[in-house]
Amino acid sequence: MSIGLIGRKLGVTQVFQGDGTMVAVSVLAIQPNVVTRLRTVERDGYTAVQLGTDPAKRVTKPEAGQLKALPKAAQSLATLREFRVDSVDGYELGQTVALADVFAEGDLVDVTGVSKGKGFAGQIKRHNFRRGPKTHGSDHHREPGSIGPGTTPGRVYKGLRMAGHMGDQQATIKKVRVVRADPDKNLLLVNGTLPGARGSLILVKKA
Amino acid sequence: MNVLDEIVSDQLRTDLPEIASGDTVKVSAKVIEGNRERIQVFEGIVMRLRGGGITRSITVRRIASGVGVERTFKIHSPRIEKIEVVRHGQVRRAQLYFLRDRVGKAATLRERRSGR
Repeated sequence: MSIGLIGRKLGVTQVFQGDGTMVAVSVLAIQPNVVTRLRTVERDGYTAVQLGTDPAKRVTKPEAGQLKALPKAAQSLATLREFRVDSVDGYELGQTVALADVFAEGDLVDVTGVSKGKGFAGQIKRHNFRRGPKTHGSDHHREPGSIGPGTTPGRVYKGLRMAGHMGDQQATIKKVRVVRADPDKNLLLVNGTLPGARGSLILVKKA
Repeated sequence: MNVLDEIVSDQLRTDLPEIASGDTVKVSAKVIEGNRERIQVFEGIVMRLRGGGITRSITVRRIASGVGVERTFKIHSPRIEKIEVVRHGQVRRAQLYFLRDRVGKAATLRERRSGR
């Protein structure tokens, strides 16, 4: 377990690598995060580092209360997330953790985000079912087909894949390669696409 | 500037000539053979241009020993040493797919007079 960082997805583009090949990269904006709280075994039963980012104009009273112990600049952080670590040694309240401290080019990272919501989706889109014929008298276009036997068992089995809400779920992509880290501009470029829309919150951890 | 454009802006090349469909170009591309690198020149007619920004690419067609060969180059690629425009061809469309059906003299294009 190691610390990660909170960032935002900016979008996807392509860049040339050192060997001249081109790769699609997701661009993440990762502003320096502030350590807002340390979780310890004695007090909380587990060890973690809570990081905050995104200074807001105003935070609610309960949120402000959580950040009271911090330096003035860190008291208006709106986004707080915890990262489990083996030990909180070396971290203290108010400390900033920047991109360069954690990630470098070539690292493998795990990236967590919330996938784009697809609404109520049919089984073809949601579970990759096959469709029926469009024509030749077929009335079986995008239907799921049989959902089970008859009188015995007389019910539909639990967990059967059906239509329903799709997306807007937490998704983690593991072992993504960092193509480029730009600590000056607080940008992290990782190989391939990531869950979520542009501007959505993304957590990056060491793989 | 948009952040995404900014990231690729330093990879965009400024040393490239203006290329249009129908131009005859010489593309000097670096090829790795075993462990040594050499430059291979591919000369032919630009059949189409695709993409914008960093993804801009050209498809170059030539007849090599009787066989039509088309190669696509990402023109901003660091693997491209240089691109030279040898001749401007006069064409009336952007994608010259009709060249595929033509051989010999029929596959040549009239030269564009300067100043159009």
